[in-house]
Amino acid sequence: MKRLLFILPVVGFLVLLGVFFAGLGRDPRALPSVFIGKPLPAFATAPLRPGDTGLANTDFQKGEPVLLNVFASWCGPCRVEHPVLMRLRQEGVVIHGLDWKEDAAAGQRWLAERGDPYVRAGNDPTGRTGIEFGVAGVPETFVIDKQGRVRYRHVGALTPEDWDSKIGPLMEQLRKES
Amino acid sequence: MRRLLILTATLALLAGPAAAVNPDEELKDPALEARAHQLSKTLRCVVCQNQSIDDSDAALARDLRIILRERIDAGDTDQQAVDYIVARYGSFVQLDPPMRFDTLALWFGPLAVLALGGIGAFVYMRGRSPAAAGALTPDEEADVAAMLKSDEAR
Repeated sequence: MKRLLFILPVVGFLVLLGVFFAGLGRDPRALPSVFIGKPLPAFATAPLRPGDTGLANTDFQKGEPVLLNVFASWCGPCRVEHPVLMRLRQEGVVIHGLDWKEDAAAGQRWLAERGDPYVRAGNDPTGRTGIEFGVAGVPETFVIDKQGRVRYRHVGALTPEDWDSKIGPLMEQLRKES
Repeated sequence: MRRLLILTATLALLAGPAAAVNPDEELKDPALEARAHQLSKTLRCVVCQNQSIDDSDAALARDLRIILRERIDAGDTDQQAVDYIVARYGSFVQLDPPMRFDTLALWFGPLAVLALGGIGAFVYMRGRSPAAAGALTPDEEADVAAMLKSDEAR
């Protein structure tokens, strides 16, 4: 009993130490979305590309998993992830884009200069559409399954490592789901 | 010069922390504005996570302040207005977290630790309580008597 009393606090302390240590590597901005497992809320935006159809929540229930990438030309990390998105598009991954908090003209210039990785692209000049599904900043990338439900939210630039370790395997798994 | 110093010091002391709310965001109705202002102090800014949206200068905090005021202006109760934002950003944005199953550890964790410590301390103290004193031997009785006597003699 005496021994136990001595060991318990030590064990408790070590456990706490482990929890804190594990917490060091976590990004405090990477909050889980409240929409995990739920469909995107209803929304419809103006088109980003002139003469296009824009982006709506109904674009996500087409029977294949897609990425929803929220971006802006004024955003630094978006420059980092843009080549990754271009590569994924070439590999056949369906990516829809939402141009957040800027005029369509700025977003169009961005796509013209750097290439356009998006199948569908909407423009959200006020940011209200992004706020509807909890966007806190750009870039953010949502993984949407075949039924149009949000399965994962990635905050910050999408790096090749993120794709290889987490998002790529998840998309593969979602493709196999019925 | 001295007066100027005193004036500067007085003004500096009077200065409160400035809220980030811009005049163009405020509602016309002072009662509604007061409610919105109180509510915005209880909502966390998701960009700068340790500030409320009332304090934060982040663009998203401004958007959320405006949305909150739109809801209030449209006749939402305080609860409805907060729920509207929580439905989009999760209960993480509530600086005053509600008591729910998944927040039990947050609310009662410290109490549990205190109780554990109390139990530990109690068990430890009881283990240490001194053995009951036995009767004195005749030699000791004699020593005590001698000491008491020497004290009286003084």
